[in-house]
Amino acid sequence: MTDYNEAFKDIPGTVVFDATQSRLGYHLNMFCMSLMKAENRAAFKAGERAYLERFPMSAEQREAVLARDYNRMISLGGNIYFLAKIGATDGFSFQNLASKMTGVSEEAYRGMMLAGGRPAQGNRSRSDPAL
Amino acid sequence: MARIIAGVTTSHVPAIGAALDLGKTAEPYWQPLFAGYEFSKRWIAEQKPDVVVLVYNDHASAFSLELIPTFAIGCAESFAPADEGWGPRPVPAVQGHPELAWHIAQSTILDEFDMTIVNRMDVDHGLTVPLSLMFGQPAAWPCKVIPLAVNVVQYPPPTGNRCYHLGRAIRKAVESYPEDLKVMVWGTGGMSHQLQGPRAGLINREFDTAFLDRLTSDPEGLAKIPHVDYVREAGSEGIELVMWLIMRGALAKDAREVYRFYHVPASNTAVGHMILENA
Repeated sequence: MTDYNEAFKDIPGTVVFDATQSRLGYHLNMFCMSLMKAENRAAFKAGERAYLERFPMSAEQREAVLARDYNRMISLGGNIYFLAKIGATDGFSFQNLASKMTGVSEEAYRGMMLAGGRPAQGNRSRSDPAL
Repeated sequence: MARIIAGVTTSHVPAIGAALDLGKTAEPYWQPLFAGYEFSKRWIAEQKPDVVVLVYNDHASAFSLELIPTFAIGCAESFAPADEGWGPRPVPAVQGHPELAWHIAQSTILDEFDMTIVNRMDVDHGLTVPLSLMFGQPAAWPCKVIPLAVNVVQYPPPTGNRCYHLGRAIRKAVESYPEDLKVMVWGTGGMSHQLQGPRAGLINREFDTAFLDRLTSDPEGLAKIPHVDYVREAGSEGIELVMWLIMRGALAKDAREVYRFYHVPASNTAVGHMILENA
């Protein structure tokens, strides 16, 4: 099992949602899950900090949500399908979130996808020379 | 007797559903994608399946982290479109086939697959986008649908090999069902895409093309691909491709490819679509 989980760590720019991440992010992800309901989305929008207090998350996790720092949320156990519900509540598409996580404008990200996407070459392993 | 007549695979990108629901299908960005499904819509109108066993993954809609079934089969009379954060998609409710679903559940469990039986479940874009791509926008879906949800969110997901063999068990189950039904098995998700982190946007046309080729010619070889290779080659969400192997396992070894479509991009994703028919 250790070898299985460790093998993914060689892949750059990627956090695999394994048992460790799932335990770390349980309450963060369950907060995101609550945004499936329209009344909860309204309550969150009306007072984000107060709404986040309802969930026993770490202070770091709350700050990452308030800052909409998706990469930070992922490192703190957030899973992208759960985190996408924050984006949906904010009225953003998945592509917008992806541009935020890759640190480029939405237009630049969209352009990269139209040109065929990010190549696998150079992005397979942390030891790839291109990185 | 019931029989499996064909298999379909398709990506299930949420933005495709949004494009359909918001009437954007003729826009230059989307037009080539929807054009790629015109053949399929005509084909399925002729095939007229009675039931589709639709293999998909839930995206934190019906299943949160409270309960994470590896394989869950929907045995309910009907399934409502899920609210994924922006309200449910304006598509018809999905009508199930409880009798066949229970038959498949029983048969596969006795074949040593530990299925989770689900009697209440909302279905998200993973299930409804493939229906929209294949059937368009009817007032009611033209066939019954048995949802089969596979966990590919929490690691570890099932192996490709396990998925392939589950497909074979589904075929055995369907073929032992006494009613004369035309059944299809659909495998959805994929192809290469990564939605998270600095590596988001990864697309690997070479990997995808080889996967499409081998789906017909070498499914048992494909079933041996380890998870780490999917993530490395096809992106973190490319792992969804294990679900295509359930479809493949449910078809005959000599099933033939009748249609293929590949397009980049739909939002963040490489769209792959294939139709296989049993001889």
